[in-house]
Amino acid sequence: MSLEDPVNEVPTMEQGRFANIAVTLHEPTAAPVSTDAKIKAHDVSVFYGEKQALIDVGIDIRDKSVTAFIGPSGCGKSTFLRCLNRMNDFIPAARVTGSVEIDGVNIYDPSIDPVQLRARVGMVFQKPNPFPKSIYDNVAYGPRIHGLAKSKADLDEIVITSLEKAGLYKEVKDRLLEAGTGLSGGQQQRLCIARAIAVNPEVILMDEPCSALDPIATARIEELIDELRQNFCIVIVTHSMQQAARVSQRTAFFHLGILVEEGETSQIFTVPRETRTQDYITGRFG
Amino acid sequence: MVTEHIVSAFEDELKALDNRIAQMGGLAEQLLGRAIDSLENRDPGLAEATIRQDEQIDRLEREVEDMAISMIARRQPMAVDLRQIMTAVRVAGDLERIGDLGKNIAKRAMAIAAENRPKQLMIGIRHIGNKSLEQLTDVLDAYSQRDAEKALRVWRRDEELDAIYNSVFRELLTYMMEDPRNIGLCTHLLFGAKNLERIGDHATNIAEMIHFLVTGRPVTEQRPKGDTTSFVMPEKPTA
Repeated sequence: MSLEDPVNEVPTMEQGRFANIAVTLHEPTAAPVSTDAKIKAHDVSVFYGEKQALIDVGIDIRDKSVTAFIGPSGCGKSTFLRCLNRMNDFIPAARVTGSVEIDGVNIYDPSIDPVQLRARVGMVFQKPNPFPKSIYDNVAYGPRIHGLAKSKADLDEIVITSLEKAGLYKEVKDRLLEAGTGLSGGQQQRLCIARAIAVNPEVILMDEPCSALDPIATARIEELIDELRQNFCIVIVTHSMQQAARVSQRTAFFHLGILVEEGETSQIFTVPRETRTQDYITGRFG
Repeated sequence: MVTEHIVSAFEDELKALDNRIAQMGGLAEQLLGRAIDSLENRDPGLAEATIRQDEQIDRLEREVEDMAISMIARRQPMAVDLRQIMTAVRVAGDLERIGDLGKNIAKRAMAIAAENRPKQLMIGIRHIGNKSLEQLTDVLDAYSQRDAEKALRVWRRDEELDAIYNSVFRELLTYMMEDPRNIGLCTHLLFGAKNLERIGDHATNIAEMIHFLVTGRPVTEQRPKGDTTSFVMPEKPTA
């Protein structure tokens, strides 16, 4: 038996079986959280005809992080989300006042082209809504209409990278030409995310992206959101407080059209400043 | 005052958790009072009953833990609810330790039941006993009333308990130096006094948790440390 017999070697903290323990004890936080504001909203009010749905909302939304909007139904969180890429333009009776700046430029300025804006500010909806086209064409659609690809090879690359970023490529790489609507709900939602990131946006808005999905598909999307936040400014509207607590770095609570409180997610869910926030997150709303 | 939960079963569970803490607190108070009495009055029967009482406190602590784990798993508590559950678990832990320390005092009371005890010494023990009991009672009141200010007052008063312990310590040291035959008795009393001082520390832990529960913030001021006996060396007896 040689002296180097591994059986008789006493493992040290670094190389022995404790090394695994040290790894699992590592802090799970991946990317450093940015503090730069990507979006600055000032005094944003929204009126649907006579009714005011949003009252003087002001908030800074940080780049490369996830901000969650929470609040009861009708509190204005989705209305505000739609202000961030001018989706409210589609509602004839809606009128928006105040300003929303992205990188210092007011997106409500008459010189802004809303179509170009929505390429910069992508959106994912509650119900997965793939086009009735192939998986490939779903992702290629945006780059095509915005002229982002110079050649077929270019477009192929965009499609593949987007599907990879959305964590879907491995599952669909052999059936890119099959219909997107043939995928499962969770896959469809990831396809929609791939479609949104294919046009190289800076901001991704998500309106209840998991409420139609089962817990496993939800976990996949949440994992994806956490990866995407390293490159994008993500804003998510969710009814699930646990989801907001899990995926976001900052949380904003809306109630009756007012932004009641905004802060670090851990602070909002452990020591909210406002009683209304506390009542909502602890399930005490009358 | 916080409004009630929409889910009334959750409300009931939180109340049940609070009830367990109240029960534990009541038992710990009673146990400590009896332990001090048995030490002072040479009552081995009372001491034995006191020792048995600790089992109830241990059982309640396990119940509190089970309830807390179940509520965290099923209700995903947030904000003040989460703080209440975490506080209950920690307060239960402190009360369980207080029960153990009280039990230990009762055991010492049995060990020295046959010995004569000088009146002067027992006054000191009674004094520190009353003070620690008072701290426990007040901090339990602060818990049931969710009174952060009252909890802070208990927290600051621990210094007084430390001061009494210091003087009892010196007194016992003097007795031991006077006559080596006192050493057995005095050592038991010294441990008893130390246990009472430790009970005060657990009361301050509870006070800190109450402050956290009510305000959401930890106590930030520095608590003055009054127990200086670890630096004391007995002076050499002069011949």
